[in-house]
Amino acid sequence: MTQPHLTSRRTFLGQTAAAAAALMVTGPAIAQTRPRVVVIGGGFGGVSCARTLHALDGKLDVTLVEPNRTFTACPMSNEVIAGDRAIEAQQFGYDKVVAGGVKMATKAATKIDAAARSVGLADGTTLAYDRLVLSPGIDLRFDALQGYDEAAAARMPHAWKAGEQTLLLRRQLEAMDDGGLVVISVPANPYRCPPGPYERASLIGHYLKTKKPRSKLIILDSKDAFSKQRLFLQAWQELYPGLVEWVGLSHGGKVTSVDAATNTLVTEFDKHKAAVANVLPPQRAGQIAAIAGVTDRSGWCPIDPVTFESKQVPNIHVIGDACIAGGMPKSAFSANAQAKACASAVVSLLAGAAPAAPKLINTCYSLVAPDYGISIAGVYQPKNGLLTDVEGAGGTSPLEATLTFRNQEAVYARSWFDTITGEVFG
Amino acid sequence: MRALAATLAVISIGPAMAASAPPPGAASCSGCHAVQGAASSAIPPIHGRDAGEITEAMTGFRNGTRPATVMGRIAKGFSDDELRPIAAWLAEQK
Repeated sequence: MTQPHLTSRRTFLGQTAAAAAALMVTGPAIAQTRPRVVVIGGGFGGVSCARTLHALDGKLDVTLVEPNRTFTACPMSNEVIAGDRAIEAQQFGYDKVVAGGVKMATKAATKIDAAARSVGLADGTTLAYDRLVLSPGIDLRFDALQGYDEAAAARMPHAWKAGEQTLLLRRQLEAMDDGGLVVISVPANPYRCPPGPYERASLIGHYLKTKKPRSKLIILDSKDAFSKQRLFLQAWQELYPGLVEWVGLSHGGKVTSVDAATNTLVTEFDKHKAAVANVLPPQRAGQIAAIAGVTDRSGWCPIDPVTFESKQVPNIHVIGDACIAGGMPKSAFSANAQAKACASAVVSLLAGAAPAAPKLINTCYSLVAPDYGISIAGVYQPKNGLLTDVEGAGGTSPLEATLTFRNQEAVYARSWFDTITGEVFG
Repeated sequence: MRALAATLAVISIGPAMAASAPPPGAASCSGCHAVQGAASSAIPPIHGRDAGEITEAMTGFRNGTRPATVMGRIAKGFSDDELRPIAAWLAEQK
């Protein structure tokens, strides 16, 4: 009686072990043969990351989640506002991204269950992931500036997300009488594209100088220092004297409230009734980051500087404007560079390998006039838990430079845009 | 079980990565320098160029002997030991 029992038990154990071994090989092996990576956000960061993931490891199951069928780029959109560029030159589709092997979910991501590792889409479907990358860009904080909400933005455009708002600001400038006052209000740091407001002021300044020379532009700024400041101030003095005026924080530049009904911006010391008011409100990471639980009290997302993994939620990575990237500014170039580094790290992590510390570059061009460009560059590496400037590298274009140099930087600005949009969407 | 899965994954993914993963810093270059179809760009192509030529250019940018607008500022962020693998990797890219 005992013997058969033992045999039976031995057989049973053997079968169990075989089954377990089979599970060990087939179960995880199948899962690991096609690990699932979901990338949310179809801008410079998200698309670059999805495509790099697919290029580094064709066995990955990569899904890009983006509700819009067309992406409208912010870099160079100030040229659209100034009337030097068509909005169509800013617009890109996802056909080649899909043709290249990245799956696309053309829906908004509305829920993230970090414990179950799943993303809920607006149509009720869910996507499971092994790793999730968020590249949601920014949201405008309509609760942060008194009087400025979505309805006010229809009268006082921010134009800080390219598209209809860009065209609205353009139309307002076209409709303005010669002699009108244009006011740009700029928030405190951090916000998307640190030199963007000043490039915009410059190109609108160029438009006014050539088409409506009796007009004036005032920049009301919530800070006393800004990106490429000395270069911008020098150029305004040279190109737009008496036309472009900058008012910093300590001179009462901070806008404390706006009145959309009268197009008025109120500062601590003054009121400015504008013919055209371009209000850039404070910003935060795109809403899905808050839903995922990866934002901190600042509204932005702390990350590990090697892997871009959230410091708050495991298996979720954050790149681009939404993340806190230390010295790296919120720029399209940064998002693209971070996306490629993050993709490498995700591939390593999925393979059980240690990710290599990245080294990253940012280059950011601004046009001060159509043929006059300036730039800032930086090189970054992880240090003390942050992406930190490599000492001795980077900086702005020289203050003393020939017009040929300035012209060359304007040419490079446009070439950069063509290259990066070609890499990301082409 | 997790360790086994990781081992299997390393076996299947590892070699592919080793062939294509760029050394630190190299992936940023394609933000300005187009990998393909760059003939008309004012920014010259560098992918597929001779490694020695790339290293020489970067060294020249770094010490100021080669004129540049932005590259001088970027080259200062890379040591010789970092430049060599970047140049070798760029040279491999077609």
